[in-house]
Amino acid sequence: MHLWLIPALPFVGFLINGVFGRKLSKTVINLIAVLSVVLSFALVVKVYLTAGDLAATPLHAHYFTWIQSGAFNVGWDFSVDKLTMIMLMIVTGVGSLIHIYSTGYMEHEEGYYRFFAYLNLFMFFMLTLVLAGNYLLLFVGWEGVGLCSYLLVGFYIVKDSATTAGNKAFIVNRVGDFGFSLAMFLIVVNFGSLDFGQVLPAVAGKPTGTLTAIALLLLVGACGKSAQFPLYVWLPDAMEGPTPVSALIHAATMVTAGVYMITRSAPIFTHAPAAMETVAIIGIFTAFFAATIGLTQFDIKKVFAYSTISQLGYMFLGVGVGAFSAGVWHLMTHAFFKALLFLGAGSVIHACHGEQDMRHMGGLKKYAPWTCLVLACASLAISGFPFTSGYFSKDAILGAAYAYAPWMYWVGVVTAGMTAFYVWRAFWMTFWGDYRGHGHPHESSWTMLGPLVVLAVLSIIGGFVFNVPEILSGMFPIAEGAKDAGAPSEMMLTAISVAFGLAGIGLSYLMYVVNTSIPDKITSALGGVYTLVYNKYFVDEAYDAVIVHPLIQGSESVLWKTADAGIIDGIVNGAGTQSQGLGNILKLIQSGNIRSYATWVVIGAVALIVAIGIGGAR
Amino acid sequence: MPAIPNGVPESWYLALSAILFVIGVAGFVFRRNIITVFMCIELMLNAVNLSFVTFANHYKQVSGHIFTFFVMVVAAAEAAVGLAIILTVFKNRSTLNIDEVDSLKN
Repeated sequence: MHLWLIPALPFVGFLINGVFGRKLSKTVINLIAVLSVVLSFALVVKVYLTAGDLAATPLHAHYFTWIQSGAFNVGWDFSVDKLTMIMLMIVTGVGSLIHIYSTGYMEHEEGYYRFFAYLNLFMFFMLTLVLAGNYLLLFVGWEGVGLCSYLLVGFYIVKDSATTAGNKAFIVNRVGDFGFSLAMFLIVVNFGSLDFGQVLPAVAGKPTGTLTAIALLLLVGACGKSAQFPLYVWLPDAMEGPTPVSALIHAATMVTAGVYMITRSAPIFTHAPAAMETVAIIGIFTAFFAATIGLTQFDIKKVFAYSTISQLGYMFLGVGVGAFSAGVWHLMTHAFFKALLFLGAGSVIHACHGEQDMRHMGGLKKYAPWTCLVLACASLAISGFPFTSGYFSKDAILGAAYAYAPWMYWVGVVTAGMTAFYVWRAFWMTFWGDYRGHGHPHESSWTMLGPLVVLAVLSIIGGFVFNVPEILSGMFPIAEGAKDAGAPSEMMLTAISVAFGLAGIGLSYLMYVVNTSIPDKITSALGGVYTLVYNKYFVDEAYDAVIVHPLIQGSESVLWKTADAGIIDGIVNGAGTQSQGLGNILKLIQSGNIRSYATWVVIGAVALIVAIGIGGAR
Repeated sequence: MPAIPNGVPESWYLALSAILFVIGVAGFVFRRNIITVFMCIELMLNAVNLSFVTFANHYKQVSGHIFTFFVMVVAAAEAAVGLAIILTVFKNRSTLNIDEVDSLKN
């Protein structure tokens, strides 16, 4: 079983396109980029078919020892169990579709080869992250995808806002990675190893305090990568990147790495109830908080960005209340419908000649019927419409949340209602009514629509075809217990959450199709509250005022003008000035007159002899 | 005071050495002709040589003699190079007055 080939193929694609891409034609670049990922997907399928029962016998592959220090040992190890297999399927499957889509979307862009090289590099790191058999290798992938995210967010390098957004994504993630690193240090100190196979079974005997500390630090890392409060601020800005990047990295795969990591560390979290509760609370709060912002945005990608943050909050809620498999289920269905939403948004933006503001769209169902159809599928799925993929996974999470704490369930269903509302609001504003933009909108090519149709089918049927809790049953004992406790009223809970979803859809229809004057009335009625939400609660401004501005000011006045210009430059320049002064005095004896030199020599010799005479020659 | 076999006391040799050295220094500092200055340097070297051999005799050690040979070799080399420089200086400036060879000053 050549597990190493799975990440190696995209890496080869990256090398070829990255090194020679400038000289290659677009067809060749497409072929290399798409083929490397599709082959990787085929390999994953082959591994799945030939591996047998992954629950009983997970695959392990040791390639080489990376770090060896006494008894501590970190290897380049890949391991595949069922959780990894699901992630591999999502990453390579959705990744392949998005690669194909990108060949159409990026057709007229500058730096074509650069884009695909980065995209392949991202696939390499993401697959390394998922395949890793220890925390350190996972961290390699973790940092690698962060790097690719930075490169791709700032892909339009001539756009100032894009490069700033790239920096922001990178820097905010550093905060999370710092927590992750500390967690790894704690694991090494307490367990003497970073291998999942050695750390996770040994959790039972450790003190709860230690495990809570590790779990909370891991959570900090997950919050950074998965854009949870308070580290979510980078994700909306990351929408500066090309739309396929938003779909692949900032919706379907990379941002779910935090959920994957927590699920992977499930034994640590289940033995640290306080940390679990923190995960759940952060999750439900982020879900609600981001959804409210999503209600007010007009940039179609921003709406979906806040939606992503909100849905990631659901996943955190799921794993936080112990329903790990439900969290992974939602991770998967979310990968389908959110990738579809973003790719559909890309198709819409394409149709409207680069316009992203929904106020300048409208009536597109006439011009782009296929895009309209697939986006309707995605919107139904994310709203939790019965028997679509989102319905199953969201329901599993909310059911587990009710069993854990009923108030989380209620916040969850309200959020579900808001989710349905803002997604359908975007849908009506884009496709219904009259076209309010400029130029003639047009439908996208089939290179772009093909992947959309596949994802649309997955968004509808992905929930019951891939029943993740069933696939993962037995892997997370606590999750099953939590589900049983919520079982009696499950029908009722499901009905309520579906009702909220339908109410959201109905309300949006009322406000944006039937009577389009309502939104303005509500806006003026809410006044200050609306302004607060529309400006994203001024969180960015608060961070600017509290962290960024003092940091820049402090760097300028203390580090630059005092420490660097004052002390360090002062020492260097002072040394120069002093030497010059000394030289000015010493140059007086350099008269150029040989006889005066001779005199100095004699005086020196005499002085030496006198000194020896006084001191006594020994 | 031990004496050299022929009866002249060692102190006389050292005194001669000191006198020769002082003459060399005086010539080195006060004379203006480059060749004279040059000869004074040679004189100082030979004064030191005399001290070396005297002390070598006194302590019955051969290192003083060996040092003398080194000094003589250096002096010979120095004479060759020095005279060549002096010839070149004279060729370029038509003077051997040491006070006029001061172009490094500015």
